[in-house]
Amino acid sequence: MGGLLNLSRNVNENPCNMCMPMGAILALKGIEQAMVIIHGSQGCCTYMRRHIAEHYNEPIDVGSSSLNEKGTIYGGEKNLKQALDNIRRVYHPRMVGVITTCLAETIGEDIRRIADDYLTERKLDDLFIVTASTPGYGGSHTEGYRFTLRKIVEQLVEPATRHEKINLIVGDLSTADIRELQRLLAMMDIEYVMLPDVSDTLDRPYSSHYDKLPPGGTRLSDIRTMSGAAATIEIGITMPDELSAGKVLEEKFGVPLYQVPVPIGVDNTDRFLAVLTEITGKIVPEGIQGERGRLLDAMVDSHKYNFEGRSVIFGEPDLVYAVTKLCCENGIYPVAVATGSQANKLSQALEPLIADCPQPVQCLNGSDFASIREVAEARGANLAIGHSDGRYLEERSHIPLVRLGFPIHDRTGGQRLLSVGYTGSANLLDRLTNTLLENKYKTYRRDMYEEFYQHEAK
Amino acid sequence: MDQALVVPDREDFIATKGKQKKQLKCDADSIAGCVSQRACVYCGARVVLNPVTDAVHLVHGPIGCSTYTWDIRGSLSSGSEMYRNSFSTDLKEQDIIFGGEKKLLACIDELVQKYQPPLIFVYSTCIIGVIGDDLKSICKQASKQYGIEILPVESSGFIGNKSAGYRAACDTLLHLIDLGKESLHQVSSQRQAAKQINYLGDFNLSGEAWIIKGYLERMGVKINVAFTGDSDSQHIKKAPDVDLNIIQCAGSMHYLAEKLEELYHIPYLQVSFLGLQDTANSLRNIAAMLQDETVAAKAEQLIAEESAKVKPDIDFYRSKLVGKKAAIYVGGGFKAISLIKQFREIGIDVVMIGTQTGRQEEYETIDTLVDDGTVILDDANPAELEKFMIEQEAHILVGGVKERPLAFKLGKAFIDHNHNRKHPLSGYVGAVNFAREVYTTVCSPVWKYLSK
Repeated sequence: MGGLLNLSRNVNENPCNMCMPMGAILALKGIEQAMVIIHGSQGCCTYMRRHIAEHYNEPIDVGSSSLNEKGTIYGGEKNLKQALDNIRRVYHPRMVGVITTCLAETIGEDIRRIADDYLTERKLDDLFIVTASTPGYGGSHTEGYRFTLRKIVEQLVEPATRHEKINLIVGDLSTADIRELQRLLAMMDIEYVMLPDVSDTLDRPYSSHYDKLPPGGTRLSDIRTMSGAAATIEIGITMPDELSAGKVLEEKFGVPLYQVPVPIGVDNTDRFLAVLTEITGKIVPEGIQGERGRLLDAMVDSHKYNFEGRSVIFGEPDLVYAVTKLCCENGIYPVAVATGSQANKLSQALEPLIADCPQPVQCLNGSDFASIREVAEARGANLAIGHSDGRYLEERSHIPLVRLGFPIHDRTGGQRLLSVGYTGSANLLDRLTNTLLENKYKTYRRDMYEEFYQHEAK
Repeated sequence: MDQALVVPDREDFIATKGKQKKQLKCDADSIAGCVSQRACVYCGARVVLNPVTDAVHLVHGPIGCSTYTWDIRGSLSSGSEMYRNSFSTDLKEQDIIFGGEKKLLACIDELVQKYQPPLIFVYSTCIIGVIGDDLKSICKQASKQYGIEILPVESSGFIGNKSAGYRAACDTLLHLIDLGKESLHQVSSQRQAAKQINYLGDFNLSGEAWIIKGYLERMGVKINVAFTGDSDSQHIKKAPDVDLNIIQCAGSMHYLAEKLEELYHIPYLQVSFLGLQDTANSLRNIAAMLQDETVAAKAEQLIAEESAKVKPDIDFYRSKLVGKKAAIYVGGGFKAISLIKQFREIGIDVVMIGTQTGRQEEYETIDTLVDDGTVILDDANPAELEKFMIEQEAHILVGGVKERPLAFKLGKAFIDHNHNRKHPLSGYVGAVNFAREVYTTVCSPVWKYLSK
């Protein structure tokens, strides 16, 4: 067996993905002084805020146009404009991201037209409104995230003179990962515009003064001039072209585009740094080389333990790809790799990795946790890697879960997990190895006793 | 009031006790763009029905509604674990265009074949209300085909607020009870034998329904069925077979109690097992309603024993907490009322109090309970919570997940009164847990470092 399995059932049993507006919020939260309004009924907004707040432990303020029956029947324009008024009144945002829900899309709301009318009616020339259609039935949160980034670029970037900065478009990574990428760029002395930048907005330091909109995020002035950059690096290789923000910059403004995997593992981090060198001509400094050496050392230290690992990896497609790579590099060969999204490029990308695995690997596209559990159990997985919606793998199938990605709502510090770069990879590898060891030490005395002790009758 | 902070349309939803005579506005739609903390109709229905343990909970709609409510309550079960799964028809664009009825039927087919459940709840989400899938007839058709109960839950998200969802859930429960009424006849004749009651509006978070059940058994009162915590389809159908209904969560179950009185002539009693005072009063009131002196005597004995047991703990926490000020922002009005009393028992006064779905009469009770100067607000938002917590100099906020990070960012202590908490807050053991949680947060050493 092995190869690709698409979900053939109708019912989705214990979802492995979220909906488009969720990803849209996460993307918009990385923009300077931005607020988000979800056009739809009140509940969507509250659910997503709750989910995000639980992961990041940060206040997540998101407005809703709170559509009721009347708005649904006669159109929600009035509600959306009122929402914009009230959001401006309380938050004084420089940008508002207006996104839709199933409801607004199904009744056919034209949010771009409403937004443009609003700006004209209120004579606002210093407020930016970015709009993105993100129906909950249109794709998973991953698509919502990418689509919204693309809309930000489409709607905000203007022609600009050439400059030395590079554009770095990132996936939905932890805030610690984002900071690590920033540290690596600083060590290489490279100037950049990072889109989006949630490092402060979704992980703000405690301060005696509380701002309703957290400081930080990608500066709007920087977004506007992304068209003049030397190149774009887009972290992510599984998105279709029509969801790529980097493609817009390439096609519209001729900014060369490099799409790279999430820099987790030796090869992926090598690749990331090599692209940086290729674009800027700057060499990877000794400090970073040292970190690479330490990762290699960590890999040697743990390789024998890791060879006992049979992993099941699930979550957002690009993260799944990168983690699968790390696992393959360290002998924690996967038995199942799964995503809740429909990510056909992921399957292609995984093929060469899977071909080298000693056991057959089941790939699940558009999957749910009923399928993931079934395969993981059948294949004897002893290590699960992914977000905390995979908790039943641990609770019911007794496969220990190393939490990674979004959302992590049954543990603290999901936003502080560091997994990218050489240092982050070593960190993640230690988490994986130690989970295998912990499980082994927990059970080996009993296992050996049960297997080998010959009971003597007294 | 600081106009820069408060949206003019919101003024009527905020009052300060003793300052103005106006009646607080409540039970209205949220105002667009006000960052309400409220959820939707579907959410209300889901949280009420989800603890029904042997039911398949099938969400007819897009995936998000199912993801965000999977295993949403920390409700415990003594039997089936079916309720902890989240099933969705996972509608995609094509289904929206051509209608989702076919897919729904196919999903029901699959679920019946795979699990043979006795009961399936099919929840309607926003778009179902818009595209007009005929849930009722599909459920009826499938129910007939498989010989099990398949019940629609009319919970399209936009047709009201969370309270409308509570009502939708109660209507579905009534439907289920109605389906069991054939056995009612023989059951009613047995009614006299032992005192039996239904316990409504406890969702068995961390075993809370079990705690109360234990108390009542010690008083010689048997719980016929608890709604919906640790309940199953068979037991729910036996609901008419009692002398009394008691209701803990008024917001969600008051309507059901009224309906059960109307249809089956069962009197009901509002109770609260949050805090020492409310617990004792409730146990006494139950005994009084049942007009049974033995039960009353046993209740007194239980109250005396349990109060004595927890007194040293409560006294200790009280000594550490006396004089602190609390802010409350919770879902329902009745819970808010209980919390005022509970805080008082550990020496804390409430300086700000609000709810998402409180009713007029509940706000009136709140007004009589709190001191002058307390801010009372309905359907508040983060900006208002921030403003009043700071102005009123609260030390602690009690609320749900979304409010927690705000309190922490403001350097305030916080206690969770949410769906998925992992320790009980009911009864005597719950009162100690509550006091301990307040103590662990208010008296944590971390706050010292924030001012440095």
